[in-house]
Amino acid sequence: MMGFISYLVNGISLGSVYAIIALGYTMVYGIAKMLNFAHGDVIMIGGFVVFTAVSGMGLPPVIGVLISVVVCTILGMVIERIAYKPLRGASKLAVLITAIGVSYFLQNVALLIYGSNTKSFTSVVSIEPLSLADGAIIISGETIVTILACIVIMIALTSFIKYSKSGRAMLAVSEDSGAAQLMGVNVNATIALTFAIGSALAAIAGVLLCSSYPALTPYTGAMPGIKAFVAAVFGGIGSIPGAFIGGILLGVIEILGKAYISSQLADAIVFAVLIIVLLVKPTGLLGKQIQEKV
Amino acid sequence: MALLEVKELGISFGGLRAVDDFHMTIEPGELYGLIGPNGAGKTTVFNLLTGVYKPTDGYILLDGENITGKRTIEINQHGIARTFQNIRLFSELSVLDNVKAGLHNHYTYSTLTGILRLPKYYKVEKEMNERAMELLKVFDLEEEASYKASNLPYGKQRKLEIARALATNPKLLLLDEPAAGMNPNETQELMNTIRFVRDEFHMTILLIEHDMRLVSGICERLTVLNFGQILTEGETSEVLNDPKVITAYLGE
Amino acid sequence: MKVKALNKNTKNNLITYGMVILAYVVMEILMKAGMVSSLLQGLLVPLCTYVILAVSLNLVVGISGELSLGHAGFMCVGAFASAFFSNYTKEALTVSGLRFFLAILIGAAAAALFGFLIGIPVLRLRGDYLAIVTLAFGEIIKNVINVIFLGHDSKGFHISFKDAFSMNMEPDGEVLINGPQGITGTPHDSSFLIGIILILITLFIVINMVNSRTGRAIMAIRDNRIAAESVGIHITKYKLLAFTVSASLAGVAGVLYAHNLSTLAAQPKNFGYNMSIMILVFVVLGGIGNIRGSIIAAVVLTLLPELLRGLNDYRMLMYAIVLIATMIFTSSPGGQAFRERYSLKALLGQKKQKKEAE
Repeated sequence: MMGFISYLVNGISLGSVYAIIALGYTMVYGIAKMLNFAHGDVIMIGGFVVFTAVSGMGLPPVIGVLISVVVCTILGMVIERIAYKPLRGASKLAVLITAIGVSYFLQNVALLIYGSNTKSFTSVVSIEPLSLADGAIIISGETIVTILACIVIMIALTSFIKYSKSGRAMLAVSEDSGAAQLMGVNVNATIALTFAIGSALAAIAGVLLCSSYPALTPYTGAMPGIKAFVAAVFGGIGSIPGAFIGGILLGVIEILGKAYISSQLADAIVFAVLIIVLLVKPTGLLGKQIQEKV
Repeated sequence: MALLEVKELGISFGGLRAVDDFHMTIEPGELYGLIGPNGAGKTTVFNLLTGVYKPTDGYILLDGENITGKRTIEINQHGIARTFQNIRLFSELSVLDNVKAGLHNHYTYSTLTGILRLPKYYKVEKEMNERAMELLKVFDLEEEASYKASNLPYGKQRKLEIARALATNPKLLLLDEPAAGMNPNETQELMNTIRFVRDEFHMTILLIEHDMRLVSGICERLTVLNFGQILTEGETSEVLNDPKVITAYLGE
Repeated sequence: MKVKALNKNTKNNLITYGMVILAYVVMEILMKAGMVSSLLQGLLVPLCTYVILAVSLNLVVGISGELSLGHAGFMCVGAFASAFFSNYTKEALTVSGLRFFLAILIGAAAAALFGFLIGIPVLRLRGDYLAIVTLAFGEIIKNVINVIFLGHDSKGFHISFKDAFSMNMEPDGEVLINGPQGITGTPHDSSFLIGIILILITLFIVINMVNSRTGRAIMAIRDNRIAAESVGIHITKYKLLAFTVSASLAGVAGVLYAHNLSTLAAQPKNFGYNMSIMILVFVVLGGIGNIRGSIIAAVVLTLLPELLRGLNDYRMLMYAIVLIATMIFTSSPGGQAFRERYSLKALLGQKKQKKEAE
């Protein structure tokens, strides 16, 4: 029983990371209608920036995280400007392949700078672990921070979109970018802002991920990126609460699958659950059903 | 016997009653019009007749056979073909291939025959080409046979859609606003073509149209739909002079 | 008019076949003359594998219009099924030609079966949802193969999903599939010539299928599903057919791949989503729906990193930049306008017009 609870907590923690990444995925999808395959690699860049700042330059972790967020935000906007903006109006596949190109690009830049050896990441969290039920359950500081961060981000993002002018502009663009433009919304600026927020979230996710799982390579971001994409689809791509729920569920399923079924098959289980969900609800848990008009 | 007999047809979307207690009897060889203001439910009737929507109530008999609730492809095989309000061509295929796609169930050979290029492949393809060119000729499209469908001008796209529908060898042809977006000359030409199709192919035609010149020019009988219900029906000239119809179109 | 259009199509296809045969002849001559590095020689069979994969994926992505990200999964099925067969019958069937022929049939059939079974649920979904589910299936196949242990002894077959010990085999038993270590000792039956023959067969199947009643139905569904239904075309049947044939050909590519290696293991690198994406890149860069384009893109993009070897560490970076730049140049509205204005055809057309004016 105690084992189950601690697995569950670990699952929620990993799920929180997926949720933060999935939020970025889903926002970009909702607004630019594109699958940003390079999103996972922004996570990896976020991790390396903190690694350089903290382990390389000896800066305090908080400063390191801030620098990482700033770098990734700028990076996200630059990628959007150079690679994706010229392709607005092009076929979906063309944008997808470009995103794959960007993903290769980021991985290889990291490879050139840091090499392919695994870097061991020093956790940025210095909170004492929490001991429950006389030490039968130990919850690490990283876990606590990750879950808290996810909740704070979720609340902040929801209120931003609901109450701020730019947030409502995002909603308008995701609903109908043409109409939004006619109503005076600056679509290009809104898309850039979305990429900025998504990439900032990716930086935070990168730091949290590397703090819990401290091995950092140029390919660190790829699999979590795919998983977060799965989480976003799982919850209904384009839906913010969907990304949150999808992320958490995915993390829990993965950790429980690893613990109770097979550690090699954990990923297969995650994907199988996704398939089952989509077969029952073809647009994900909270996705909108769109019917074609004849 | 009537070719098409519809009784008490109705459909609800959630709480909305889109079409209610709809009935219609069309005799073989008739040119029948379905008119009514925007949003009256005309296209919904087409979608019910062709199985895009399943009716909540009522039944549809085609040539004495009950086709209510059947799937679109089954209904097509029973003999109803249609065109669409917003043109739906196979845009990347050639004009010829669009018609040949319509011939799909009438000139057949297996996938394996196609891959192995057995003699039957060449024979059937040749027959298909001949039949498709015949149809294209009717619509004056044979010059454009090798064009990509999406490169045709608008008026010709509408004609190609009719040719493709005819290729499925229907008993009843449904035309959804065939003259939409055409200028008066093109409309006149289209009227002649529709009449020609009826006479030449002994076709029964049901059409939705807003262009009253076309409706009064070629339709023999009309049904007027308003708010999902039949307002009136009968001979074209009587219906068009009915004060109820004029009110429905122009308001009080 | 009509006859001319048909001839043009046939001519186009003949060029495609001719191009493959010419490439083979040229390579053979160069190899005889000793002008081909051993590195490039080693790449020839993988190159054939990629070409088959790209052409077969084009059937789904280009002709059927569905984005599939799980193509490597079907390759994986074909590779393992055939390598298992060849290993098991190595002693009994000594005629390597016959054995390899059977292996190809088995690989194709196994992959087709998976394509069919996976296609039934997957093809109900649309667009990006379909894409992610195919990716998921591809990953599941790879993961599941990594936990299969299969052995054979005097008592018959033994299977375990834990480890080789759990199979409880007699001492004379032989482990055929060893979990993450995969299959070792597969006979080296693949060759460049066989690769080329398989490419030609793939082309024959795909090109003939596309230019037939079946292909027309598949493309009609791609262009307008509702209209295709309205003229009586069975949507599920043809979508599933395209998907299954494509999977089966990917399986053939897997057979070729597996019989070129002494050890076959399912790793993210060879059978993961990265591989599926790489094949998709070939298809998109070669031109969606353009069969010959797929071949050329597969060859160029496989050789490009080798040609860029002089750039050492920068070569994959260059590859990424080339990829992004090509997409922007070929697909962005700005790039297309630029190409239309300065394309070879447009320039020639202008000259022609001038001539006619004179």
